[in-house]
Amino acid sequence: MTSVASGVARKKKVTPSAILIKASMVFIIAVAVYWLGLNLTNDPLQFAQVTVNGLNNGLLYALIALGYTLVYGIIELINFAHGDLFMLGAVFSFAVLTEFLGADSPSATNYALLLLVLLLTMLFGALVNTSIERLAYRRLRNAPKLAPLITAVGMSFVLQWIGLKWIGSNPVNVNTVLPSTSFELAGVVINFKTLIIFAITIPLLIVLAFIVNKTKRGRAMRATAQDKDASRLMGIDVNKTITFTFAIAGAAAGAAGIMWAQTTGTVAYNLGFQLGLIAFTSAVLGGVGNLYGAVLGGIIIGLIQSYNDGLAIGPGQRWSQTMVFTILILLMVYRPGGLLGETAQEKV
Amino acid sequence: MSNTAPAHTAVSSNRKWALGFTGVVAFFFILNKFILPEAPRGIQTFFNNWFSLTSMAEIMIWILMALGLNIIVGYAGLLDLGYVAFWALGGYVAGWLMSPFFSGISLNFFGNPREGFEFGIHFHVFLVLILGGVFTAIWGIIIGGPTLRLKSDYLALVTLGFGEIIPQFMINGADIAGYNVTNGSQGIGGLDDVNLFGYVIGTFALPEKFLMVSLMAGAMIFFSIRLRDGRLGRAWLAIREDELAASMMGVPLWRTKFASYAIGAVGGGIGGVGFAILVGGVYADRFNFVISIIILAMVVLGGMGNVWGVVVGAVVLAWINSIGLIQVGNLVNNTFGTNINFPSYQFLLFGLLLVLMMLFRREGFIPEARIRMVMNEEKLEDEENVSDETKIGHH
Repeated sequence: MTSVASGVARKKKVTPSAILIKASMVFIIAVAVYWLGLNLTNDPLQFAQVTVNGLNNGLLYALIALGYTLVYGIIELINFAHGDLFMLGAVFSFAVLTEFLGADSPSATNYALLLLVLLLTMLFGALVNTSIERLAYRRLRNAPKLAPLITAVGMSFVLQWIGLKWIGSNPVNVNTVLPSTSFELAGVVINFKTLIIFAITIPLLIVLAFIVNKTKRGRAMRATAQDKDASRLMGIDVNKTITFTFAIAGAAAGAAGIMWAQTTGTVAYNLGFQLGLIAFTSAVLGGVGNLYGAVLGGIIIGLIQSYNDGLAIGPGQRWSQTMVFTILILLMVYRPGGLLGETAQEKV
Repeated sequence: MSNTAPAHTAVSSNRKWALGFTGVVAFFFILNKFILPEAPRGIQTFFNNWFSLTSMAEIMIWILMALGLNIIVGYAGLLDLGYVAFWALGGYVAGWLMSPFFSGISLNFFGNPREGFEFGIHFHVFLVLILGGVFTAIWGIIIGGPTLRLKSDYLALVTLGFGEIIPQFMINGADIAGYNVTNGSQGIGGLDDVNLFGYVIGTFALPEKFLMVSLMAGAMIFFSIRLRDGRLGRAWLAIREDELAASMMGVPLWRTKFASYAIGAVGGGIGGVGFAILVGGVYADRFNFVISIIILAMVVLGGMGNVWGVVVGAVVLAWINSIGLIQVGNLVNNTFGTNINFPSYQFLLFGLLLVLMMLFRREGFIPEARIRMVMNEEKLEDEENVSDETKIGHH
């Protein structure tokens, strides 16, 4: 078997199409580097500013991407409904924090409420995600791959409809708890909001990494991802582990939702579709199934999108979506395994 | 002899369905062309409310779309979540080649330009249909080409990506490096009237337009059935059911998948041209992800792989989407005095439909025998061998 595999690999290196692919990849990277360098020398201050904005978004993308990567890692399902779960998290936080608790301006009590609602939203996300898994995906675990994928698309529509009924079809403005003040650091304007995103997202990511890497449950998750039968034989409750994974993914999406609502100040029912796709691209960029890959991918996509939207020399915001999807497609061509992942080619 | 018996019933059932389709088309054409203009007002409003000819003609376009997607999803088993891209591409081919849009050029090739708008490109409608098909087939290859070697769910993502990129290109297309390629979100209007050998179908000649798109849908049905029974169709089914086994039997995997992408795209392209002619223009903001999902739902609802099932699925969903939801809503609200906004349940309806179909009737309502077997086949080696008793940890 190994000789066959190496034979295939050797043959691949020689073909002219492989050389063409390599060359075009180098060309594309060179163009990207040239573009960034041009902007950096043109206006370094603006470049730094755009970078800060990109990091801000990138961390949120990373939180959503984590959910995709965890779920894909364990049951090989692209959970299309995940982006809409994030949207529901944002809507839920708006309904509870802003409307029910009336926390709509910066104050000490409101910060405490924010933390409380953050926990509630994470709980909400976990609850919704596990119920979806229990109701739909679990029944389809042995079905052909097309079935759970189509189910996930259907679920995404159902969640969107819930969001639509909850807040209506127009985007809603959220009066945020976070102060809109900012300070300057070497000429770069940094929002307090950005700092708070850092302060909440980074610990969350560390906790998640801890759960997956160091705890018993985390070990069970990784074992289940590798081989369900073997882990079942080792005494792992596979169903429980998968439910736990969905709960963590949902909690991360919920956290991203409330952070999004608080920092951007708007929620809309169709938020989840675009952001979900961006986050999925991040997960693929990092290497789907790889936790650190999702974070890395999220930050890179955040930066690229920010550079595209904000830099003076560039395609501009109207091509934002196109940019992200072009990256996704190029990734599929050149490196389907992502930056930190393994190659994802089909056996045949 | 016993082997030929099922084939015979298949042919005769095809014949029955085809007769039914022709009958329905003829009924609506004659009704709207000759009877309704003379009919009493009550009957007129009934048909205009529940079966307006505009929606009937649109349903034919949906049939074209669904059958095109059926070749990709139903026959070859590849998931495409961006099929709307082909609709858009086909529409813009019509917009580019049958309108005064490119005012710098003046090219008339058996076209039928409106008086005073002789500039621009004006091709004959048959040529536009062919070019639309070819153009989308090329795009099918471009989209499928780099990704057909990948895992099937990655392929779904890439198609989705193209389904987003191409409409965004159309919306932003008013200024591509200084050139106006697509006229942006305003779209391209004022398409030429169709001229069939001297018989001109005017802008408001709805019955004739309906007949035209029905003929296109009929042709698509015919080709779908013929393709399925042919060499290529059987290769697609083999790939859908077991890629490894199919390739061992000598089916060239890549080329066959490629063919399904290209040919499936043609359905979308021709449908796009038809739709552009129907509404007299092409408008970018119509092409979004929801359309792709509705087409997918049609294929899933009717029964993946079964041509007549997909046709019925397309008719039912397109009707619900355009008239049914509103009319049934009005009826319910009027009879029970309620005030429910039925069209706002569209998302729920399509979402639940996909979920419930996958959970309880994966093969669709009018299933194909083979698909029913495949979709309900559990992966034995994964779960059954390791039954619950072997969970040692719980004892």
